[in-house]
Amino acid sequence: MHIPDGFLNVATVATTAAVSVGGIGGAVRIVGKKLGEKQVPLMGILAAFIFAAQMLNFPVAGGTSGHVIGAALAAILLGPWAAVLIMACVLIAQCLIFQDGGLLALGANIFNMGIVASFSGYYIYRLVTWIAGNTRKSTLVGGFAAAWVSVLLASIFCAVELAVSGSSPLGVVLPAMAGVHALIGIGEGLITTAVLGLVLATRADLLQLQRI
Amino acid sequence: MKSKWWLISLLVCLAVACISPLASSSPDGLERVAEDRGFIGLAGEAPYQVIADYVFPGVANEALATILAGVVGTLVLFGAAYGLAWLLTLRKRQLA
Repeated sequence: MHIPDGFLNVATVATTAAVSVGGIGGAVRIVGKKLGEKQVPLMGILAAFIFAAQMLNFPVAGGTSGHVIGAALAAILLGPWAAVLIMACVLIAQCLIFQDGGLLALGANIFNMGIVASFSGYYIYRLVTWIAGNTRKSTLVGGFAAAWVSVLLASIFCAVELAVSGSSPLGVVLPAMAGVHALIGIGEGLITTAVLGLVLATRADLLQLQRI
Repeated sequence: MKSKWWLISLLVCLAVACISPLASSSPDGLERVAEDRGFIGLAGEAPYQVIADYVFPGVANEALATILAGVVGTLVLFGAAYGLAWLLTLRKRQLA
């Protein structure tokens, strides 16, 4: 879902860049205050994993592929502010080194896949585990729901940005983006659930740390 | 070895990067929508290229070039996020 340069107009570039700079600033402040010593290496691992996992495009319907975003997983394990910082690291590296996502569109990409996906994923997970209790099953179900919603919401914000920029009418681009990402979100859900299952089996203590 | 769990995890991440040549090369969701709805032509070229499209430059074998790009990126991201988190919590640790 990395937006290249050329899809967004100046107003959208400026707005999303301003929001993302503000979001990263807030994340830097809060993570610096609250991140525990145990969580420092986890930040590195999650950024490395999300980068590697994003390279693995899996096929969805009709000659289309998708890859995970990973923000929901990071937000579940570390909390939404730490996830914003991890996603910003991944997206900045992808933009500057791998030419994936435009330079001017970087703010929009950080907003959609960093801020929107992290916070929506985190609160969906919190909601499910609040309703269903703090069990293994609710962690996995909550992880799947969080991952799916995070992808769908990120794609909806992406579609709105494209429409506001005049690239494509909202009535066309919104159902198209939401439709394909509802499918990609299933892949995100399965991978997020698999990783959470692995963490529960090997390092369940990581899920008991304070979320940031 | 419990304190070195992150080392094992990093090896798993690198293993994931090494299977990246198996990834689907079909356009992703956004690219597909842009093609189908006729606005893919708006996309501009990057002003410069480093490891463009996850293919390490100057390596003839495409699978190997992809793996190299994946390994480099995975290590860069681990170092960047670990380093950033370490720096941000530096003052907190000094106060403690």
